[in-house]
Amino acid sequence: MSGFKVLQPGILTLIQDGGRIGHHRIGLTTGGPLDREAFNWANRLLGNDSNATALEISIGGLVLEAEVDTAIVLTGAEMALKINGREQERWCVQPIKAGDRVEVAFTTAGARGYLAVKDGFQISHSFDSAATVTREGLGGLNGEKLAQGDYLFCSAGKAQRLRLPEAFRPDFNKDVTLRVICGYQQDAFSDLQKRLFFSSEYSVTDRADRMGYRLEGPQITPSIDGILSEGICHGAIQVPADGQPIVLLNDRQTIGGYPKIGAMIARDTARMTQLLSGAKVSFEEITMEDAHNLHHLTQRRCASIELEQLD
Amino acid sequence: MRVEIAGENALILYFGDGTTSPTTSAQVQQATSLLETALADKLVDMVPSYASLLVIYDLNSTDHFEVRRLIRESLGELGGAAAAEGRVVELPAYYSTESGPDLEDLAKRAELEVDEVINIHTSMEYRVYAIGFAPGFAYLGEVDPRIAAPRLSTPRQKVPRGAVAIADRQTAVYPAVSPGGWNLIGLCPTRMFNPDARPTMPVEVGDRVKFKPICRDEFLELGGEL
Repeated sequence: MSGFKVLQPGILTLIQDGGRIGHHRIGLTTGGPLDREAFNWANRLLGNDSNATALEISIGGLVLEAEVDTAIVLTGAEMALKINGREQERWCVQPIKAGDRVEVAFTTAGARGYLAVKDGFQISHSFDSAATVTREGLGGLNGEKLAQGDYLFCSAGKAQRLRLPEAFRPDFNKDVTLRVICGYQQDAFSDLQKRLFFSSEYSVTDRADRMGYRLEGPQITPSIDGILSEGICHGAIQVPADGQPIVLLNDRQTIGGYPKIGAMIARDTARMTQLLSGAKVSFEEITMEDAHNLHHLTQRRCASIELEQLD
Repeated sequence: MRVEIAGENALILYFGDGTTSPTTSAQVQQATSLLETALADKLVDMVPSYASLLVIYDLNSTDHFEVRRLIRESLGELGGAAAAEGRVVELPAYYSTESGPDLEDLAKRAELEVDEVINIHTSMEYRVYAIGFAPGFAYLGEVDPRIAAPRLSTPRQKVPRGAVAIADRQTAVYPAVSPGGWNLIGLCPTRMFNPDARPTMPVEVGDRVKFKPICRDEFLELGGEL
């Protein structure tokens, strides 16, 4: 067998694939990468299946030692990539030889990096997925984040040296406006409360994780303080009695009883989860139709980007 | 039935008059199985609950116009199906201030003795209305209005596995350590979710649950941890 030895696991490095889909009825959440776009680029650059198992590195600090000849890509947050002590380009396929030391530094902008390997890491599935959800103790290696001494199996492989043109790489220093579709209990939020929500600035608190991002700003008061527990979709924004919105994400509970004003589109939850605590955000309303158009246009645009070839 | 937007690829269907009843619950179950067939591979997942059904669809193969049409067509005939009778499952529970940090506050607010709260909680047979929030988290209803209690205004970051809890007229056993805003009144030693066991859960939607009070020693003997 071959693969990578984990010398240093970093702050929070999780094995992720496309997510655990179709098990909400026994209460399983989806997991999967918070920044799906960066995750997809890592796999696409390597010619992998778009759900191939990769690493989500939060904040950074990962060190691996290769015991296989293969190729890797690091995308997402600005975490310097070093191979045998020499900095190498991110968003670009890097060949790896057995014995190489791969270091992912702490971030200077953005919060989540994605390290993919040719053909994906070989991780056994639970409930059809390798996605780690620590809260559920499922996926990854025993449902836990990576630890020192873990071993990540993968097969030997080769990949063309492709890179994503710089113009298409995200800029994590930009302010973000997050688009929200009003829905659910939106009628429980008066016009005034909605206007307050959409015109105010909120900041990301330190209670922001893969379950949800708790934001802090002007208090929003719905006319009801609880509802009969109901299904929560990805990006749903719930407002508990303290009036501070929580955006529910990949590891969210599947059911809950706090009123919700609507849901953030996935493209923007991806951006939000690249923010660190203290970052400022604001919201903008978007219609369902515009959100669908945006989804298809983004996919079309991504698909039409031509990757550059090195060598 | 009322259809609302939930998110960019999700609609939520509300049934009945928006309150908990076995009839509404049976409608949700019926709608869940009808839509599973009608939406087929356009469907990503569904979350049935007390009086609602969240329908998550694949944005790459359909849109909300088509999903709304399929919902209208397949649920037009939805009748008031009789609530199916499930099994009765007994769950042991150790009620105390040691195992239920909110037990005294809840009793005080209800103007009841702690023992009365326990008696009321164990005297009812509850229906499993929904499963969700966390793996194996079964929403049981309905709790006697005398011991109903609103959620905490700021949820706890860490509720222990097995916590027996009340929120409004719902009760549940936390299947794993998780954040939560429910009032904690005791601990149950039975595992509500075990991914290695088949079935993974001791209950399913439609079953009925009865709590049986046990003492500290029995709790520990049954594998409970304090």
